[in-house]
Amino acid sequence: MPIKSKGRFFIKMIKILKYMKKKERLLVLCSLVFIVAQVFLDLKLPDYMTEITKLVQTGDNKISDILTQGGWMLLCAFGSLVASIIVAGFAARIASSFSMGLRELQFDKVEAFSMQEINSFSTASLITRSTNDITQVQMFIAMGLQLLIKAPITAVWAVTKIAGKGWQWTTATAVAVLVLIIVISIVITFAIPKFRKIQGLTDNLNRVTRENLTGIRVVRAYNAEKYQENKFEGANSELTNNNLFANRIMSIMMPSMSLIMSGMSLAIYWIGAYLIDSAGMMDKITLFSNMVVFMNYAVQVVMSFMMVSMIFIMLPRASVAAKRIVEVIETKPTILDGKKTTSVDGLEGEIEFRNVSFKYPDAAEYVLEDVSFTAHRGETVAFIGSTGSGKSTLINLVPRFYDTTEGEVLIDGVNVRDYTQEALHNKFGYVPQRAVIFSGTVESNVAYGDNGKGAYTTEDVENSIAIAQSSDFVENIPGKLEGKVAQGGTNLSGGQKQRLSIARAVCRKPEIYIFDDSFSALDYKTDKLLRHALKEKTSDTTSLIVAQRIGTIKEADKIVVLEEGRVVGIGTHEELMKSCSVYQEIALSQLSKEELA
Amino acid sequence: MSKNEYEFEENKSSPPTPPGRGPGMGGPGGMAVGGGEKAKDFKGTWKKLIAYCKPFLPIIIIAIICASGGAILTLVGPNTLKRITNFITDGFMSGIDLPAVTKICVTLVIIYLSSWLLSLSQGYIMATMTQKVSKKLRSDVSEKINRLPVSYYNRTSYGDVLSRVTNDVDTIGQTLNQSIGTLVSAATLFLGSLIMMLTTNAIMTLAAVGATVIGFVLMMVIMSKSQKYFSRQQKNLGAMNGHVEEIYSGHNVVKLYNGEKDAKKRFNHINSALCDSAFKSQFLSGLMMPIMIFIGNFGYVAVCVTGAVLVMNGTISFGVIVAFMLYVRLFTQPLSQLAQVATSLQSTAAASERVFAFLGETEMADESHKTTKLEDVKGEVEFRNVRFGYEDSDVTVIHDFSARAMPGQKIAIVGPTGAGKTTMVNLLMRFNEIQSGGIFIDGVPTSEITRENVHDLFCMVLQDTWLFEGTIKENIVYCKEGVSDAEVVKACKAVGIHHFIKTLPQGYDTVLADESSLSAGQKQQITIARAMIKNAPMLILDEATSSVDTRTELLIQKAMDKLMEGRTSFVIAHRLSTIKNADVIFVMRDGDIVESGSHQELLEKGGFYAELYNSQFEKIS
Repeated sequence: MPIKSKGRFFIKMIKILKYMKKKERLLVLCSLVFIVAQVFLDLKLPDYMTEITKLVQTGDNKISDILTQGGWMLLCAFGSLVASIIVAGFAARIASSFSMGLRELQFDKVEAFSMQEINSFSTASLITRSTNDITQVQMFIAMGLQLLIKAPITAVWAVTKIAGKGWQWTTATAVAVLVLIIVISIVITFAIPKFRKIQGLTDNLNRVTRENLTGIRVVRAYNAEKYQENKFEGANSELTNNNLFANRIMSIMMPSMSLIMSGMSLAIYWIGAYLIDSAGMMDKITLFSNMVVFMNYAVQVVMSFMMVSMIFIMLPRASVAAKRIVEVIETKPTILDGKKTTSVDGLEGEIEFRNVSFKYPDAAEYVLEDVSFTAHRGETVAFIGSTGSGKSTLINLVPRFYDTTEGEVLIDGVNVRDYTQEALHNKFGYVPQRAVIFSGTVESNVAYGDNGKGAYTTEDVENSIAIAQSSDFVENIPGKLEGKVAQGGTNLSGGQKQRLSIARAVCRKPEIYIFDDSFSALDYKTDKLLRHALKEKTSDTTSLIVAQRIGTIKEADKIVVLEEGRVVGIGTHEELMKSCSVYQEIALSQLSKEELA
Repeated sequence: MSKNEYEFEENKSSPPTPPGRGPGMGGPGGMAVGGGEKAKDFKGTWKKLIAYCKPFLPIIIIAIICASGGAILTLVGPNTLKRITNFITDGFMSGIDLPAVTKICVTLVIIYLSSWLLSLSQGYIMATMTQKVSKKLRSDVSEKINRLPVSYYNRTSYGDVLSRVTNDVDTIGQTLNQSIGTLVSAATLFLGSLIMMLTTNAIMTLAAVGATVIGFVLMMVIMSKSQKYFSRQQKNLGAMNGHVEEIYSGHNVVKLYNGEKDAKKRFNHINSALCDSAFKSQFLSGLMMPIMIFIGNFGYVAVCVTGAVLVMNGTISFGVIVAFMLYVRLFTQPLSQLAQVATSLQSTAAASERVFAFLGETEMADESHKTTKLEDVKGEVEFRNVRFGYEDSDVTVIHDFSARAMPGQKIAIVGPTGAGKTTMVNLLMRFNEIQSGGIFIDGVPTSEITRENVHDLFCMVLQDTWLFEGTIKENIVYCKEGVSDAEVVKACKAVGIHHFIKTLPQGYDTVLADESSLSAGQKQQITIARAMIKNAPMLILDEATSSVDTRTELLIQKAMDKLMEGRTSFVIAHRLSTIKNADVIFVMRDGDIVESGSHQELLEKGGFYAELYNSQFEKIS
């Protein structure tokens, strides 16, 4: 693997470190002190060994001398243990609080994102970035602090200790390190790219399996089981072959490491025998004890290199995670807060689009072009058009999920960009196409969030559930209002989820309802009853409705017909039936002529 | 509304995913002990796994022999070094017997090299074996998917099955690869070094083993204490995952309802709990390495001191100390490896348990004995007193359904959600098996022919436009063999999508990826073309147009009318306007037919259908 790309990995890791808080940096410095102490003690150990060796060889000493040296050795070992426990504590503290900080930074950032940024990352990817990626970085930092700093210090220190004790031994150690580096480079060069490829192949395998699962009825209906299995086998074989190659390469590592260690010990003794043999009488004992000690230091040196290599193996993965985290943190939200919290008096519940055009950044085509209309307090304005006509986009401009490219959207006489987001959001009761249900209770789902008017009462909740035609099924949930709702509402049917989500909007007592195709999951009867109840109980509230069914919007005060991002008709059902050909087509495709009359 | 309790610790809505244990790099997870899940039936699962690996047993045994062989050869090392040391110390006065030293050294080089070779072969064999086992497991799971009844997928999430194919099998592959080889060589090293030490010197052995045991007792205490922090860490990670997923995917609602503060409060709560448990578990796993080093050092000191005393007494030679210094290392090292293997065997078992549980699910009945085969059917379909309920519940979904479709008729099935419309189709296709009664095609009960045969008789178009990653042509031809390009073009012309496909840069060879630019209607047109290519004598349309808007529906309707020509067709529809021209409409409610007849007849009758139909148009009064 080219050194350059390694350097790139390190830069990414360092980039994320700038988000480290002062306290954490201080802790890093503190742990540095203890790491040095630990290395010092670790390397002191063999010194006492030398002493003992000398004592034993010279022969005329008391046992107490040896015990004293042994006691010192033990003290060193224990001191080293204490130091390393402290370092482990620091490392764990730094890693966990750093990742907590990152997680919070990221969460806050995502909360500030508009739909545009969310979509550009995709929700699934943002979730992984906030969880798995951060865990990766956390593990790397904890390990890195313990190994990455310690290993080079140990290596350098140990080298200085043995430097003067015989170039022959030093050469043997150098050769061992060299061989080690070669083995590791081979492994890294061949195995790591494979591992990265394996990631992609695993996704591929997942995709094929997912296809089979989501299309299970189609697969069965077409008797395509063998076809799917063959496809899976293809993906499976490719994955297995890569895995085989990578794992076989990896299996070289451990045996080779121990061969290097043993080989080095042997070499040191072998060389030692010749050195001692040719030395003068007086030097023999010194040389001998040097040899014993040398071996211990040499082992430390090789071990440090191994540790560093471990870091190199971990690095690519952690740095990819780091990069993905930084990407999120450094993205600038496009939707910024205004200053106003109040609106023009007497214009409550009024929505006006003034020559609004919208296109996605980098897109060539406009999704909406020159849209203008006004909705007054208590009116219902509906939007209809075929798929891709821009009706959902239009409605997304009102709560500033996106900002207009040209023109302006005014609410209560004020441009939506001038409001603080909180003040703006307090005006809406929003029901998305796909119901969002939170884990908790029925009540916590309906009385969700904050409308700036104080807490909701149980009566509010019950009323809104009644309006949303949900009383009957809520009655049947064990615990009723306190009944548990699973994450994603998996214990509710699609229609029930949608009704709860409508109850949530009603509970807010907003100035404006936004229904983004919210009625399609309901059957006609419930749809009708619900709309009646809304009309009756919340007649002051302005409603914006995106719909597919003519039946849902027939009674709207104003229907805006969209075609390829342009308004092709505005009026009531009766007016449009006379004047707007697009509307007629839509209507005729759903109802027969007599029924429309 | 302050009754929102943060019960994330008990939140069991989804099993927490293990953090960052993706595939790839068995890497230096090294000393991170714990955190692994436990299997419910450790022994039983291992028995199953071993039985599963049976074809590989001979080769596994070779690997085991290699592993222990390599370990034994490693053990010879220290003893030989002892002899060299003795040669040296003995030679202080008289000069060292260099040829003898060289001879020993050369022997040792050979021993080390053979040990290396044996370990290499062991690693190679195990890597190969585990990958082959993983591959087989994956294939088996994939085939199993197609042998389970459709109803199984009503109660299991796709994610669950997916994670068995990838995560669980990967875990098995990785842990198996590392654990078996390590287990054998570590056990051999452990026992071997103990024996070697004992044969060399008993007192020294006592010192070495004693020191190590003290260290290990310490480590065990820490490990057992730390277990609860690891599981708490897993739980908190799961809670964090759940919360983040919920908030991110409901981003628009959270924002518009000003729910950020509440979400942040809960996030902070979980985040600080996570930080705390992360600190504890990270710290405890960070302790393992220092403790191991300490145990090593402690043993080293014990050996040195005891050895030195013994040497001075003249009981042993200095070489013994040298040998013991190495033995202590060979003795402590496998101990920590064994501790790791224990946890990794646990995760293997936990993962295997899930995979084998899936492989052990009840499959659809075997039909290889059935010989009746229906071909060239006229298309008469009869339901006679059909009764059905899912096997895992007591609720009867279909009570007593009887109906008859004559060849070439268009049959519509309507009714509110949950009335059992799709269930009927599933029974007709034998995706689910009826409990009593019978379904007859041209007078032959479908239970007497194979499922495959039933499937061959129907074209099917579903609400979810199921397309896979591949070219448009591949998607249309699908698994049918011998389809010419001309036929594909003909089908596409018939459904009115040929022109659109031609405008694409690669035409029929355009690859449909995840975010392809096809509209819902275009996707549906492709699946209709696929059904046309299949050209079966009967047709099922299950909410085929519900996901498209009504104008697009008009286009597709033409394509479907084309497809229905001359075929007995069953149409399930949400929008009543699409089925007004059906020959017979079955109105279903709570699993039974409550009315049947033509559109006009039913409207005149003024019953449930009329109510359903009219509710679309009533005015708000």
